Amino acid sequence: MSTTPETQPPPPPESGEPTTWTGKLALYQRAGGVITPMLTTLLALVIAGIVVRLTTGESPIDTGRAIFDGSGLPWLIPDSLIDIRDVAGTREFWDTEELARNNAEVNLQQTLIYTTTLILTGLAVAFAFRCGLFNIGGQGQFFLGAIAAVAIGAELTSLPRGAHVTLALLCAALAGAVWAGIAGILRATVGAHEVITTIMLNWIAYWVGSYLFSLGGPLQSDRSRDVPISNDVQESAKLHVWWPDPDNIQGLHIGFFIAIAALVVFWIILNRTTLGYEVRAVGFNPEAARYGGISVSRNYFLAMAISGTFAGLAGAVDILGWQYRYGQIDIQQSDIGFIGIAVALLGRNTSVGIFFSALLFGALLTGSNTRNLALPIEPELAGNMTLIIQGLVVLFVAADLLVLYVWRARKKLRIPQRRARPVES
Amino acid sequence: MADAQVDGASPPVLELRGITKRFPGVLANDKVDFDLNRGEVHALLGENGAGKSTLMNILYGLYHPDEGEILINAKRVTIDSPGAAIDLGIGMVHQHFMLIPVMTVAENIVLASEPRKGGVFLDVNAAVQKVRDLAATFNFAIDPDAKVESITVGQQQRVEILKALYRGAEILILDEPTAVLTPQEADELFGILQTLQREGMSIIFISHKLREVLKIAERITVLRRGKMIDTVPREGATQDTLARLMVGREVLLRVDKTAAQPTEPILTVEELRVVDDRGLEAVRGVSLEVRAGEIVGIAGVDGNGQTELIDALTGLRTPDAGRVLVGDRDLTTANAHHHLDSGMGHIPEDRHRRGLVLDFSLAENLALHDYDKEPFSHFGWLHPGRIVASARKLLGEFDVRGGRPQTKASALSGGNQQKVVVAREVSRDPRVLIAAQPTRGLDVGAIEFVHRRLVEERDEGRAVLLISLEIDEILSLSDRILVLYEGRIVEEYGPDVSEQQLGIAMTGGTREREAVA
Repeated sequence: MSTTPETQPPPPPESGEPTTWTGKLALYQRAGGVITPMLTTLLALVIAGIVVRLTTGESPIDTGRAIFDGSGLPWLIPDSLIDIRDVAGTREFWDTEELARNNAEVNLQQTLIYTTTLILTGLAVAFAFRCGLFNIGGQGQFFLGAIAAVAIGAELTSLPRGAHVTLALLCAALAGAVWAGIAGILRATVGAHEVITTIMLNWIAYWVGSYLFSLGGPLQSDRSRDVPISNDVQESAKLHVWWPDPDNIQGLHIGFFIAIAALVVFWIILNRTTLGYEVRAVGFNPEAARYGGISVSRNYFLAMAISGTFAGLAGAVDILGWQYRYGQIDIQQSDIGFIGIAVALLGRNTSVGIFFSALLFGALLTGSNTRNLALPIEPELAGNMTLIIQGLVVLFVAADLLVLYVWRARKKLRIPQRRARPVES
Repeated sequence: MADAQVDGASPPVLELRGITKRFPGVLANDKVDFDLNRGEVHALLGENGAGKSTLMNILYGLYHPDEGEILINAKRVTIDSPGAAIDLGIGMVHQHFMLIPVMTVAENIVLASEPRKGGVFLDVNAAVQKVRDLAATFNFAIDPDAKVESITVGQQQRVEILKALYRGAEILILDEPTAVLTPQEADELFGILQTLQREGMSIIFISHKLREVLKIAERITVLRRGKMIDTVPREGATQDTLARLMVGREVLLRVDKTAAQPTEPILTVEELRVVDDRGLEAVRGVSLEVRAGEIVGIAGVDGNGQTELIDALTGLRTPDAGRVLVGDRDLTTANAHHHLDSGMGHIPEDRHRRGLVLDFSLAENLALHDYDKEPFSHFGWLHPGRIVASARKLLGEFDVRGGRPQTKASALSGGNQQKVVVAREVSRDPRVLIAAQPTRGLDVGAIEFVHRRLVEERDEGRAVLLISLEIDEILSLSDRILVLYEGRIVEEYGPDVSEQQLGIAMTGGTREREAVA
């Protein structure tokens, strides 16, 4: 224990080393920023495993491993190190290592396709969050982006390739921005809470989309008139596939790099521009921002619009990158915008964090997909485990403060235990 | 150290011996000795963070000491919870009251040990009667049936004291009791304490205000950075000797300043009317003028329109009527941004709510007004390097301790946080500086710094408008004093007005006299 120096006027703790307790606290907080999301994930995995065990009697280790194998991540292990069929535990299933590796490659591409979209929908939540806003409307903004992308991509013809792709992406981004911007304007002008308005906007987007692709709807396919689906995106509007899969069916498109670029842009806006300064100031303390001469309402609007841009782009890269068409059923089944909330929260609303949490969720989604699961794990089991993990992550992240509190309380409690009890006389 | 024993035969009711309390990296109390005699008011004096509250929380069972012992009536005791403290006859009145606003005074007082009817039901009449008896014994003026939310802060404090007495307290700890009171209410409190003292109560009075400690306490124990420095009797102690014990060096309590040399008017306010959040008119036609090179003080009891006036002057609230001019520029309806660009500096009332973004670094906080201007940014592109470099210079110049430019503002002590705010406002070279409660919650050393700086700014030829609830501050700094009462300027005084006169004007006394006349 250090003793405080006495009888000299100023306390000298300066230097960069965390010798002062405030410095230690700051260091701890920075460390907590990495450790707690990891703990959260681990805890979610463990509890999901317990649930699997209790409800089905299956081994949670096997289930977890099946998900890991199905995500394609084992492909990253160099084949000189190990026979991939051993990692996958599917030596009986695949005749040759070649086939197993190919399967893993396809699965990894699927994982990264999910990751791409999740990065963007995660950023959509995170940017608003940094301005103190909770954007639940990522899903609706994603719909708007997807609709705009399919409208431009499929209906516009005879455009050169670069121009067509760019136009589709820009329109999708703009559509998302406008959609989120509505909530931003409402918050800025009349104070309508963005949680309420974005949920309402989600439903409007849902039904507008359902109408557009419905039988006889404006964007419905010209060829198959009895299916509620759009026309196919023109070749000139498709995103380039830079990593084709072994069977040359789908592969990973350059949208992945758009998402990575978005992560960089997100960081730059927040940390290197006056706009980002304002957004963060408003997010931390709107009253102090106002006092500092910053327009809080302007930032509410801009933060929402920028959030919407990310979500709109997410919709566009899905359409232009691999889906190539959009239909009622896609709208009804989509929840990628909502998973974005979990991605942003687990990633602590930072660029790096969002990348890793998007990768985690992408791997979980792909790994538990029925198609990718190797025997003998039942697909439903793995799929449910993914849902459980998702739910638990959201729950734990929401209880983040509680986790931190318990962590600190534990430390605090040790102090009285150590003390020498004063004697009773 | 603790040889300041009374010569009488009776032992002290309370004795703390060698109390040591460590927090991670901090020695909050270092072998502190303290004793309290029956019927005595013993003040515990020290700057913020000196360890006063830690010591009292140990006594009240909220913390456990690492070393040392507590004796009550010469018997060693272990106090491991507030409940145990109460059983031992120790009562504590916290700085922030622990009352339930929607319940009556009597209900609040008997809470947790209510008189019951049939073992289950609250016996309201018995409760009211008990409270009435108690109030009569100690000569308190209080209505047991009044709802706590409807009585004044001073009365709420009396409820807290009664609560402690009801639970059988013989040792009463008062934590910074005057922080929330007007001067008049503080005087009433001192009257009450004297009554309690006559009835044999022993009182520990925690404070960092020298004047009131000298007024009320028989003995004064000074803590500095966790150590007991000395225990001195009131006789022979002066504000200067106490301040030196408290801070550890000579402190200039009187603000050293020459007569003002005011020149042309900078801030002109004409017939300003401002509505508060509830839609009521809080500022009702205020006119004033602040000239370059003078400090104009606005005195007043809290809640007489100060907040709304400040907001309207600084562009954070749009006035209903009237005009605000800086130089000849009309800023009546301009927003905060325009005010800042028109040469106004504003040290806000509440540095946590408004003055600082606590999660921002010091550098970012220092750039709060100018982040969007050269050299800190260029076409919307920030230059963090320049912001940090400028911050490093300012932190040195304004002697901010405990933080580098990258440190979060929340990691600093209150005094240093306020220095950051002052540094930012002053460094922008404002023509008029609006200082609202600039020393709230600061310790003697930091107050000295802020006061000296304000006078320096005056001498540089800036117009300074000081709005403060502290009469001492108004009196020691102002060249002219305006009294704000119920949203109007009711009096104007020179710097040599007496505290009495000012106190009467602040509570509307002069206006009533005029009304009668």
